[in-house]
Amino acid sequence: MRYLWFLLLLLPLLLSPFPYYLTLLNFFALSAMVALSLLVLTGLAGMTSFAQAAFMGMGAYATALLTVKAGFSPWLGLLAGLGLSLLLALVLGGLTVRLKGHFLPLSTIAWQVALYILAGNLVGLTGGHTGMTDLPPLVLLGLPLDTGFRYALFSLLLLAFLILALDNLRHSRLGRALLALRGDALAAASFGVDPARLRLQAFLLSGAIAGLAGFLYAHFLRFVNPTPFSLEASIKYLVMAVAGGVGSIPGVLLGAAFFTGLEDWLKDLLPLLLGRQGNYETIGYGLILALILILAPRGLWPLLERRLPRRERGLPRAEPLPLQAPAGPRGEVVLAVEGLRKAFGGLLAVAGVSFALRRGEILALIGPNGAGKTTTFNLITGAISPDGGRVVLLGREITGLPPHRVHALGLGRTFQHPHLFPELSVLENAALGTHLGTRAGFFQVLLGLHRKEEARALATAYRALKRVGLEGLALERAERLSVGQQRLLEIARLLASGATVLLLDEPAAGLRAGEKRELAHLLRSLAREGYTVLIVDHDMDLIMGLADRVVVMNYGEKIAEGTPKEVQKDPLVRAAYLGEEAA
Amino acid sequence: MDATILGFLLLDGLQNGVVYGLLALSLVLVFAVTRVILVPIGELLMFAPLSLVWLLEGKLPGTLWLALALGLAWALLSRGRGALLPLLGTAGLGLLFLLARGVPPLAYPAVVLLVVYLGVATYRVFFQPMREATVLAFLIMAVGLHVAYMGLGLVFFGPEQFRPEPLLRGEVVVGLSWQGVLVLLFALLAVLGLYLFFRLSLFGKALLAAAENRLGARLSGIPPEEAGMVAFGIASLLAGLSGLLLAPLINAAYFMGFMLGLKGFVAAILGGLSSYPMALLGALLVGFFESFTSFYASAYKEALVFLLLVPALFYQSLRARAVEE
Repeated sequence: MRYLWFLLLLLPLLLSPFPYYLTLLNFFALSAMVALSLLVLTGLAGMTSFAQAAFMGMGAYATALLTVKAGFSPWLGLLAGLGLSLLLALVLGGLTVRLKGHFLPLSTIAWQVALYILAGNLVGLTGGHTGMTDLPPLVLLGLPLDTGFRYALFSLLLLAFLILALDNLRHSRLGRALLALRGDALAAASFGVDPARLRLQAFLLSGAIAGLAGFLYAHFLRFVNPTPFSLEASIKYLVMAVAGGVGSIPGVLLGAAFFTGLEDWLKDLLPLLLGRQGNYETIGYGLILALILILAPRGLWPLLERRLPRRERGLPRAEPLPLQAPAGPRGEVVLAVEGLRKAFGGLLAVAGVSFALRRGEILALIGPNGAGKTTTFNLITGAISPDGGRVVLLGREITGLPPHRVHALGLGRTFQHPHLFPELSVLENAALGTHLGTRAGFFQVLLGLHRKEEARALATAYRALKRVGLEGLALERAERLSVGQQRLLEIARLLASGATVLLLDEPAAGLRAGEKRELAHLLRSLAREGYTVLIVDHDMDLIMGLADRVVVMNYGEKIAEGTPKEVQKDPLVRAAYLGEEAA
Repeated sequence: MDATILGFLLLDGLQNGVVYGLLALSLVLVFAVTRVILVPIGELLMFAPLSLVWLLEGKLPGTLWLALALGLAWALLSRGRGALLPLLGTAGLGLLFLLARGVPPLAYPAVVLLVVYLGVATYRVFFQPMREATVLAFLIMAVGLHVAYMGLGLVFFGPEQFRPEPLLRGEVVVGLSWQGVLVLLFALLAVLGLYLFFRLSLFGKALLAAAENRLGARLSGIPPEEAGMVAFGIASLLAGLSGLLLAPLINAAYFMGFMLGLKGFVAAILGGLSSYPMALLGALLVGFFESFTSFYASAYKEALVFLLLVPALFYQSLRARAVEE
């Protein structure tokens, strides 16, 4: 099915009698590449860039300088162009991927403008606004690509390969991690995804794709000047991607095709309507973008897709990944918390809490609202860093480590409000758990060398779904699950990750009585297998029937610890819950 | 460089810096209240002096038709009693412009009102229907509106630069015109006014509350739509007034607003897009940096300003935790 994209190569054959349309076809292929670079960035990683044209400019000017001024081969120009684009992406991304989402796009606007000014003013180097002419044609296997027909075949071939590579990326551990990161960075990090690193990689990939398109653009026109690499051009590509539907490959291609045609038409029509010369098509772009963002924020493709028959990806049948089963002597301390402290301004949320979690037990952390339970959770898992105290996991100090590092050491968590990815399937949600158990990097994924591993990752996720009894819903979208099923899915995701120390934040909240019984049954059987469970909940019936030991917190301090029976009798606990005077 | 040139550069930097400062304050305010990064603020700024030039020559500027169109769209969107405000506003604005043709005392307030109306209508028509969209979607919308408004500016006013008559003629000392003094005074008053508005008035406090916590503000009876409209109104008021005062010094043309706005952004980013005093200081830094680079490398001054972003972003990166909830 995926290989049908190579049918794009038939287009130049059909259009070969019309040189004008061959030119448009080339522009479509190049625009589509840039728009696809935005699919990586906006559709997958949830960032955006207003500097894609500047990346193109890097590719175009690098090859122009090397071939025209120094007489090198264009292929060397390609390497230099990709290198320059990557360098620009590294600087821009390196400065902003750790910051909140809007700093990256804002900085790209600034750099786009700055580079455009430089291209126009560094006359000695770039030829200023008149640019550089007489770039040599590309020569492939002795055949010069100097006609629109040959060039269209070449650029569409590259486009088809790019589409396959990005399709591979979408259906891989990295695509899943990027989508997860976009939806919920904390949840993604809790499964070992390093947000800053992955965002930077996506930005680098997107910059390189745009740089490649710029290289092709330069050798197609065999002329470069700053105009096609302006902010307006960057925005044009963004409009293409967003209008078509930046979340899917057909959407982006649709947008590129539509706007390549529209631009050509508007350029002829608008000056007639408005009676003056100028870049009036930008008005059209701006207003079309505005309308689409209001009326169809996800673009046009999803509206069409609904009418097409859906193709299901089947259930995974591969051999699951070998996960480390919980091992080690029962009763051994797996997680030690010593004197943990955290203040928010003047409020001491956690004031020196200590407890130990032993292998194979279910320990409950309870306390009235505001007692500091969830804060304790976040301190242990690295979502926030403590002001004082130590956390030791399986003999290694993890105090203050970021969530993705903590997870790598074998600790997994669920969230008070389920942090799932509603648009992904239940299976893919669970498969996020396997992120650290799989290895494929960007290059392997783009080349499609990750397929076997991916099949095994999905099989692992499916096995985990069976374990919690959700296998019948594996291919549904996660947004269709009930609250109880969502909580089970979070546990399945943990099991798929191979974590053996499970921190569950209010897993029974919002569950019906029957669902609570099933949950308790599941947790007990997990503990029997050697998993260790730390659970925070309000439901006393559940906790008292389930937990081996209970730690009670109030006002950020531990006030009691013991078996459920013992703490129920504890006067301090009774005072905290019932307001009785401590005797 | 001697003392005279140094003085020139400092004055020039100060004069531009305070305008960037007002833009930066507007951007931070709008961002805090609505999560919108108001990229088209530069276009709003330029619309004021350009419309004024048209009006003083006795012509109706194209921006009026834009305002009327947005006003109608606003009325259609709100229907019922809510449509009364945009309809009355549209009618009043049209009438005012008919009267103000060639009449300077009416023309100045008319264009300021026009720009404020445009700003508020832009929020109401384009941003509010997006409701709880992501910051990213808002930003894409803002950039789209920037190119659309800039393109419309070209249609309305043509590619030429205009130099409106200054309000005050002559120079205090060489290098500092009375108009320049007016810009500085206005900036001072505006900052003071904003401070008092947010510190003393209930409405200002409500706005800050809405910026701090939208849901909380809504629960205590502050509608976020209204807060958004006021934020856009304040931002476009500051932009329009700055444009009117600045244009006699630096000219006005459809494409010039964007650069001014971008420098406002650089300043706002220096303040982390959240701190008002830091944004103001950042703006002065941008102003001085720009006037000194234009002395040493004038062709690249517009590009070099963005270098200031590098240390600012680097510093903020060091402090940031990569995971946000």
